[in-house]
Amino acid sequence: MSRRWYGPLPQATDLAVLLPSASRIAQTAAAERIAGAFRLRLRPAHGVALLALFILGCGLAQAQVQPGQPSILATLWKWTPVLLRGFVFNLVISAVAMAAGTIVGLFLGFAQISLLLPVRKGAWLTTHFFRNAPWLVLLFYCMFLLPFQVTIFGVTIPIPDWIKATLGLSLPVMANVSEIVRGAIQSIPTAQWESAASLAFNRRQTLWMIIFPQCIKRMLPPWMNLYAILTMATVLTSIVGVNEMMSLTRQALSAENRSGLLLAFYSYVLFWFFLYCYPIARWTVRLEARYAVNH
Amino acid sequence: MESFWSWFRWLHDATGINLTIFYDSFDRGRFASGFWMTVKLSAVCIVLSVLIGIVGAWLQRSRLRVTRRVVHWYIQFFRNTPPLVQLYFFYFGVGSLLTTTAASGANVPMVSNVAWAIVSLSFFAGAFNVEIFRSGIEAVPQTTIEAAESLGFSRLRTYLFIVFPLAFRISLPALNNNLVNLVKTTTLAYAIAVPEMLYVSSQIWSDELNVPEMMNVLLFCYFALVGLLVYVMHRWERAIRVPGFGV
Repeated sequence: MSRRWYGPLPQATDLAVLLPSASRIAQTAAAERIAGAFRLRLRPAHGVALLALFILGCGLAQAQVQPGQPSILATLWKWTPVLLRGFVFNLVISAVAMAAGTIVGLFLGFAQISLLLPVRKGAWLTTHFFRNAPWLVLLFYCMFLLPFQVTIFGVTIPIPDWIKATLGLSLPVMANVSEIVRGAIQSIPTAQWESAASLAFNRRQTLWMIIFPQCIKRMLPPWMNLYAILTMATVLTSIVGVNEMMSLTRQALSAENRSGLLLAFYSYVLFWFFLYCYPIARWTVRLEARYAVNH
Repeated sequence: MESFWSWFRWLHDATGINLTIFYDSFDRGRFASGFWMTVKLSAVCIVLSVLIGIVGAWLQRSRLRVTRRVVHWYIQFFRNTPPLVQLYFFYFGVGSLLTTTAASGANVPMVSNVAWAIVSLSFFAGAFNVEIFRSGIEAVPQTTIEAAESLGFSRLRTYLFIVFPLAFRISLPALNNNLVNLVKTTTLAYAIAVPEMLYVSSQIWSDELNVPEMMNVLLFCYFALVGLLVYVMHRWERAIRVPGFGV
């Protein structure tokens, strides 16, 4: 880019010929980079496609039913309470991991804009360390390194597997929330800080009473998207042996020991996840559209 | 070199920190091969997924309606299902159909688990890349394409020499996000026993019972690997960014 007489302006461009899609993709990329996760875009058509897959799976399985065996729908119905218990387990893990990750992530996010250099750098390093580590590795880390029980004042408290798995999932959530908080605070115009200072607010008051309330709106859509992605990621805990829906499905399939059930069962599982994540994804899109006007 | 390796044996004797991957040549070889496998898996999947993205974005502008529909449904499928499910689908679902009978009479899979991991992960990341490149291409104005046509460029050559280079510069930030995500997703190959870093480490810690040491080594290796990728890609991104279109 050549320097002109008026000097380099940030928005000056030699290539002003690009269509609006260019700035749209730049904005999406910046938002996704802060959120640390891609945007989930579920549509009703996905549910219909899943349902079609499920019906196809049932049809294929029904064609292989031997005389004397119960029908595929009866088999699915028999296992539904067990599978749903597993699904509730998934939801509990996702809710606890999200709550824990959000609380710690909020503090980490505030630490990232601290005026103290060591605090700021430390928070930055922590955030990026946990953002760069794969979720599965963090899950393994907590599963294998946390003790199976702790003794406090002579009282032995067992730590079940799922608590450790939840902690493992809350670490990446924490790092992503931290970055969402930092991004939201830094997206508030500097004029807000300056006008607060002119009204004699101190830094903490400005942050809590002026900046942070405005951030909540901007943080909500990426935060909900992160939750939907976390819910889908809870199936990872099946790899480390937590008895959630995916593990229970595998156990059900081996207990049935019949060929042809695979597609029907797995599409059934997927359908339950879709039912849960779809409203969240839609709501995220709606909130984002509503808040976008204020930018 | 040997004294460097044996320093870790002394460390074990002195402090109990048991880093067998340094002083035990067998473990060192295993871990190195796992690390190398992760790097290879990442590199191959990055290249393949970018190619899928380029071809897919080209096909999505096809004049045939059916081609556009196929690409659309490919994106929808891979974007909206968990990658672990996709991996299982390819390895257990499709893989169990593609078997041959060996000389011994046993059923042998035609496609190895490493190949399935590459296929599955490339398709997963490729679906995102198609969309990324498509929005990049959409940003190139019709007038630029008309200018190319007036200079006698064919449809393919316009795409290759005019539209794609511009679109690539626009798409690079979004592409980087996706590729970083892809490298992190390669750990899922553990689930189908691909001997990558996580899998090899789990073998080492079950043999040597040095779980904490291996966990920390593993975490550090991934941090370094992904951090390096992020750093290099961001440098590149800044170097070729289109002025005025960053955020």
